[in-house]
Amino acid sequence: MSEDLVFLTGSEIAQKIKNKEVSAIEVAKAHFDRIEKLDSKIKSFLYLDKEAALTQAKKVDEKVAKGETLKPLAGVPLALKDVLTQKGVPTTAGSKILENWRPPYDSTVVKKLIENDVVILGKTNMDEFAMGSSTENSAYQTTKNPWDLTRIPGGSSGGSSAAVASFFAPLSIGTDTGGSIRQPAAVCALVGAKPTYGTVSRYGLIAFASSLDQAGPITRTVLDAALLNEAMAGFDVNDSTSINQQLESLVQAAKNKNIKDMKIGIIKELGGEGWQPGVLKQFEQAVEVLKSLGAELVEVSLPHSVYALAVYYLIAPSEASSNLARFDGMRYGLRVGDDGEKDVEAVMKLTRAQGFGPEVKRRIILGTYALSTGYYDAYYGQAQKVRGLIAEDLRLAFEKVDVLISPTSPTTAWKIGERVDNPLAMYLADLATLPASLAGVPAISVPIGLASEDRMPVGLQVIAPAMQDHKNYQVAAALEAAQNGLLINQVPDLVSLS
Amino acid sequence: MKLTQAIEQFEPVIGLETHVELSTKSKMFCGCATEFGAEPNTQVCPTCLGLPGSLPVPNQTAIESTMRIGLALNCEITELSRFARKNYFYPDMPKDFQTSQYDEPFCVNGYLDVMIPTDEGEKSFRVEIERVHLEEDTGKLTHAGGASGRIHGADYSLVDYNRAGIPLVEIVTKPVTGTGKYAPQVARAYVTELRDLLRNLGVSDVRMEEGSLRCDVNLSLHPKGSAEWGKRTETKNVNSLRSVEKAVFSEIERQADVLAGGEEVTQETRHFHEDSGTSSSGRSKEQAEDYRYFPEPDLVPVIADETWVSKLKTDLPEAPSVQRKRLAKEWNFSDEEMRDVVSLGAIDLIAQTVSAGASPQAARKWWLGELARRATEINKELSDLSIDPKHISELDNLVTSGKLTDKLARQVLEGLLNKEGTPSEIVEKRNLVVMSDDSSLLPIIQSAIKANPDVVAKVKEGKLQALGPLLGAVMKETKGKADAAKVRSLVLKELGVEG
Repeated sequence: MSEDLVFLTGSEIAQKIKNKEVSAIEVAKAHFDRIEKLDSKIKSFLYLDKEAALTQAKKVDEKVAKGETLKPLAGVPLALKDVLTQKGVPTTAGSKILENWRPPYDSTVVKKLIENDVVILGKTNMDEFAMGSSTENSAYQTTKNPWDLTRIPGGSSGGSSAAVASFFAPLSIGTDTGGSIRQPAAVCALVGAKPTYGTVSRYGLIAFASSLDQAGPITRTVLDAALLNEAMAGFDVNDSTSINQQLESLVQAAKNKNIKDMKIGIIKELGGEGWQPGVLKQFEQAVEVLKSLGAELVEVSLPHSVYALAVYYLIAPSEASSNLARFDGMRYGLRVGDDGEKDVEAVMKLTRAQGFGPEVKRRIILGTYALSTGYYDAYYGQAQKVRGLIAEDLRLAFEKVDVLISPTSPTTAWKIGERVDNPLAMYLADLATLPASLAGVPAISVPIGLASEDRMPVGLQVIAPAMQDHKNYQVAAALEAAQNGLLINQVPDLVSLS
Repeated sequence: MKLTQAIEQFEPVIGLETHVELSTKSKMFCGCATEFGAEPNTQVCPTCLGLPGSLPVPNQTAIESTMRIGLALNCEITELSRFARKNYFYPDMPKDFQTSQYDEPFCVNGYLDVMIPTDEGEKSFRVEIERVHLEEDTGKLTHAGGASGRIHGADYSLVDYNRAGIPLVEIVTKPVTGTGKYAPQVARAYVTELRDLLRNLGVSDVRMEEGSLRCDVNLSLHPKGSAEWGKRTETKNVNSLRSVEKAVFSEIERQADVLAGGEEVTQETRHFHEDSGTSSSGRSKEQAEDYRYFPEPDLVPVIADETWVSKLKTDLPEAPSVQRKRLAKEWNFSDEEMRDVVSLGAIDLIAQTVSAGASPQAARKWWLGELARRATEINKELSDLSIDPKHISELDNLVTSGKLTDKLARQVLEGLLNKEGTPSEIVEKRNLVVMSDDSSLLPIIQSAIKANPDVVAKVKEGKLQALGPLLGAVMKETKGKADAAKVRSLVLKELGVEG
């Protein structure tokens, strides 16, 4: 019985707790049991907070006992990406430079999770400072894809996707700067949503690229993602870029699976030569499914989207070069070389040289260069202009269609180590996810089966206009239902791995 | 080379960058308090410490204050302005970038007119304003050990982040030309006028000694008649009105020497030393940093709509120049008196003394007399004495009501300068009570009479002007505490002479 609890969805667990069929403590313990048994194979968690989780679960059980009205996700376990601050809990952003740092404050997302009585199990692995698409850039450990332990779980939220796909938690939170929620969700057969920029507070999210970063849900079902997204979203005075406007109900949209007469645009530029055939085949099948559900599908061109990769790799590193300047060994985290002899600059240099990994250094150098006098106009300035054109492409497209779709990523999960020495190949994994990031509009990835050549999961991305996240949920839910929970039934047999 | 000589050959171009700490209750991007002098690192939070994940939220009052300063300086308010990041590594900056403004500041293109006395009488100079922008202050470093008090060579350094994130307005002038030998006075008059204007706006307590008003002086010289300007230096750390004048003065002389020697002025940052009134070489242009400015992605642009701006404009207080004319009339000061008041920067001090109850003339005499003398003695501005005008009013009241003699009043003033408390507290502590009762005065008077028979004789002959030595002896004996008028009448009574 307790073993089976881990195979329930978040909303099913919440329902059972509410109905007193199971206690929140039992749920939490069942998940910890599985993590303790199997995470040594997966390496999805960096830190487990059993005591705090059980305390939170106990609180929920007390509410149940008192007959209090429960929040929709009360008692449901969650795996938190290690980039969001949680008071007193080690928060590393996957970097050595923050090893053992315990933030003195809660991020707004964590605050909201706690208010919603969600049970946070621990912090998940990630590419250092969210820079990467494979989680191999973590300074701590390499996370495995539970579908094939020789493959990457995606990134940068690879710890979160691996944990959910391994049934260590039904819910997890990732962050998406250029695709870091959607791509790991896609390669682990999960649902991952990047909300409209500004709808989820960034307060307490350790910044990679401020104008792009957005936290969002990674779950096994569309309904769970909608429930979690609603719990996280909302205006926050502590985030100046937060939008003071309410989203339409996402849960309603996830339940309303009707997409009849919806106009769906297939992005012409995202697909074709160079894309994995098995990915394209699954995508074509999904298009047929959408048609069969009554949607009208048309091809739409986003002419400037071909520049998205170049634009992104100027803007994101530029912002990162500034955001990561504060890690200088002066106030918190790692400090190297302070022997009483070396001056402040030498200590800063040694700390940063040892504390940052190669990918982070590469991007800091790129960004520093792009912002330098004499290069700003040609690089950062120009990139901002093209970013505007990409957003304009999307705006124009949404005059013709309700949502846009594409495969989430050009390939399925690749082998661990395969792209480590080839950053450009690694960057290509974000090709399809970047336009929505640059335009600040919402996008969701939903599983659409396994690629024929490697039997690895493929995801389909839905993109909607800003503040219309509900449309993404509606389409994703329709697809999920039509496939009849296809992938959930094909879960790899992790137990036999142990 | 002396300034007068230098000016015969060269024309100076000056520029002033003034930093003003706003007196908002909370910091620029967080809710922390801004109180001066609190225990180090007690007014801090994740945001002003730049902790990972923290975000800035702009202080609306600070933005309005900046716009009001711009409006008072006749600037245009930029319709869409933005914060920008200025990137450089320094341990007093929690994020290793300063949130400032770059090419989209709140205010641009203004001016401030200043009057200075010249050989041809009072003359007005227009100082044009390039921009007024808002940024956050850095933390404060204290370097322990080492000879220079600078970071290099120090044994260790301490950082206080209480100041980090306090709103700081930077007011930058356009290059000021045509001032010739008056350049030092124009610079000083500009900063003085600016300080008064800021105080009138109520946006800052403008205390140079506490660093809430700080100045950088840019200066270059070019041969008279030359169309091309010379290389300029930027003198930092000029932190009093006197120093502004002095810094311009000494930099003109220094650069003139360099140029007259056939050499080139090095484009560099220089550090001003208050004690010697000179500056020393700092960072040269070659070492200058590339700040990699870019728009702050954590903040949204500020849109200054017309209604907002015109409301701010309507609510502006009177300009200092208008205020001066009004007060001269109200106080019934002559032009000459008013000029002295202005040049010593005493307007506000007198106004506050008057509003605390003293008469304008009495207030003027206190500030421009004994206090001005004391300030000059220790090389400070009147306002730097940190004397509460209310205390001067109280002191004046003690004198006019006969509770203090002039001599005792000077002792109270001494006490005020030493920060011993309010005048009445000082009177009590120092036991400065006027002796006016007959029983204690008479014995002293009688012994004075006995000791000065010659004087007594003269007085009895009716030569009242000869009384001086007798009165002096009594005052000496009482250590100045005796009520002079009372002593005089008692002496006359004792000698049986009609007053």
